[in-house]
Amino acid sequence: MALLEVENLVVEFQTATGPFRAVDGVSLKVHEGEVLAIVGESGSGKSVSMLAAMGLLPWTATVTADKLAFNGRDLLNMSPSDRRKIVGKEIAMIFQEPIASLNPCFTVGFQIEEVLRIHMGLDRAARRKRAIELFEAVGIPEPAERLRHFPHQMSGGQCQRVMIAIALACNPKLLIADEPTTALDVTIQKQILDLLMKLQQEYRMGLIMITHNMGVVAETADRVIVQYKGRKVEEADVLSLFESPKSNYTRALLSALPENATGDRLPTISELFNDQQMLEGAAR
Amino acid sequence: MTHVLEARNLVRDYHIPGNLFRKARTVHALKGVSFTVEEGKTLAIVGESGCGKSTLGRIITLIDPATSGELLIDGRTVDIARERLTPEMRRKVQIVFQNPYGSLNPRQKIGDILAEPLVINTDIPAAERRDRAMTMLKKVGLEEKHYNRYPHMFSGGQRQRIAIARALMLNPKLLVLDEPVSALDLSVQAQVLNLLADLQDEFKLTYVFISHDLSVVRYIADDVMVMYYGEAVEYGSRDAVFSNPQHSYTKTLFAATPRADVASIKARLARKNAA
Repeated sequence: MALLEVENLVVEFQTATGPFRAVDGVSLKVHEGEVLAIVGESGSGKSVSMLAAMGLLPWTATVTADKLAFNGRDLLNMSPSDRRKIVGKEIAMIFQEPIASLNPCFTVGFQIEEVLRIHMGLDRAARRKRAIELFEAVGIPEPAERLRHFPHQMSGGQCQRVMIAIALACNPKLLIADEPTTALDVTIQKQILDLLMKLQQEYRMGLIMITHNMGVVAETADRVIVQYKGRKVEEADVLSLFESPKSNYTRALLSALPENATGDRLPTISELFNDQQMLEGAAR
Repeated sequence: MTHVLEARNLVRDYHIPGNLFRKARTVHALKGVSFTVEEGKTLAIVGESGCGKSTLGRIITLIDPATSGELLIDGRTVDIARERLTPEMRRKVQIVFQNPYGSLNPRQKIGDILAEPLVINTDIPAAERRDRAMTMLKKVGLEEKHYNRYPHMFSGGQRQRIAIARALMLNPKLLVLDEPVSALDLSVQAQVLNLLADLQDEFKLTYVFISHDLSVVRYIADDVMVMYYGEAVEYGSRDAVFSNPQHSYTKTLFAATPRADVASIKARLARKNAA
């Protein structure tokens, strides 16, 4: 059974100029121990579909789907309080800006222990012990000392490690990483990706990696979904995606990579295909 | 070939004043950097955040003075710490910043944004300023109808085109590009890189391209300088640096860059299956 199962997900936002469809009929499945990458440019609906699955969208959004299930349980018709018991505990998420997603007013220790208190109901001593364990697991030196620090006292890479520790606090079955390394330097990016992959293997988690970086996809994913303008245009395992991309859009995206440049100019996507051709072969 | 830009042993220190709780200290942001760039060529400066690459960019753009060392632009020594910057020198060097959302004044129309460098640095009459702004707008791939619009009406890629157009209004010889494409999507990034290449050919521009993205650098640069903690640890032609990196930091940097090619995916999957 798939861990997360989404069928025909549609997300619409009410705007002043009428409804805007951010996600248009996306279906996906993630299995236990699998790394799924969702690739697309800004506005392709890759983050929104995951936020919809977690129920984190504002009230202006209308979410409909034929099926939205986590571990066999229907997320769509679940009461908000039941959903909150799953979100943060069994499904955890890491965001793009590590420094912005931590609360600057509280120590990182407080923030990780808060999760342990709410979801695990551990007592004070057990929380502290577990927090230190988690900091060790994500490679933060001097974990006991670090618990007392505020986010601004740590670097971006260290903050992202704290975010990962918080996400892992309740041993989630599914981890959603939304552009986890975009704000980081390449050498730090490498460390964080290695850490995520190691932890994913250790805990046998399902991991959804949302990114726009084809390099990150190549380094991490088992299976890849390519999205364009809210639609899924291609789904393939990572090797066949790079070896023989099926959709026009994926081909265009790969040829726009500077490392694949052949002449002295890069082929640009809008030159190669128009919108309609781009969506061709889109699995609806 | 003439050297449009030459730097000799540039040093920049920042003095951080002390207070009751902390001693005064000095940050050595640049520790003696030397290089030359020939006309029509591109020098890429690579490094992590905090390595001094933007400090260097600001010195080259004549925004900040260097603490010591010599900076020659178009064969002439410039020291803005000792003498006022003349409009003539200002015309020679321009900069494009990383974030196209922060670098355009939201209250100014595009036309005014483009004409402003001319107002400040030249005495060209208004009608001609307008003509030049129009011409430049079309040159960077925008249209005349965009002249009276405000920055918020444009996408990130279009804004970066506007920022490039503004930098080119004074016909500079040297353009400093501080991470010009790192805030852009892949397809838009390709368009802007192509635009930069077109403009370089047309105006014989010299670029100093500051970036942390090695794949972009490999594509656009003629020479590459790798910086680490304020020092240039590696400096040479692109092919030399990429094919045979000398310094251990450069090697670390290359190893850390994710590679999107079939061979490395195969290697990774093989490793994973073996484990």
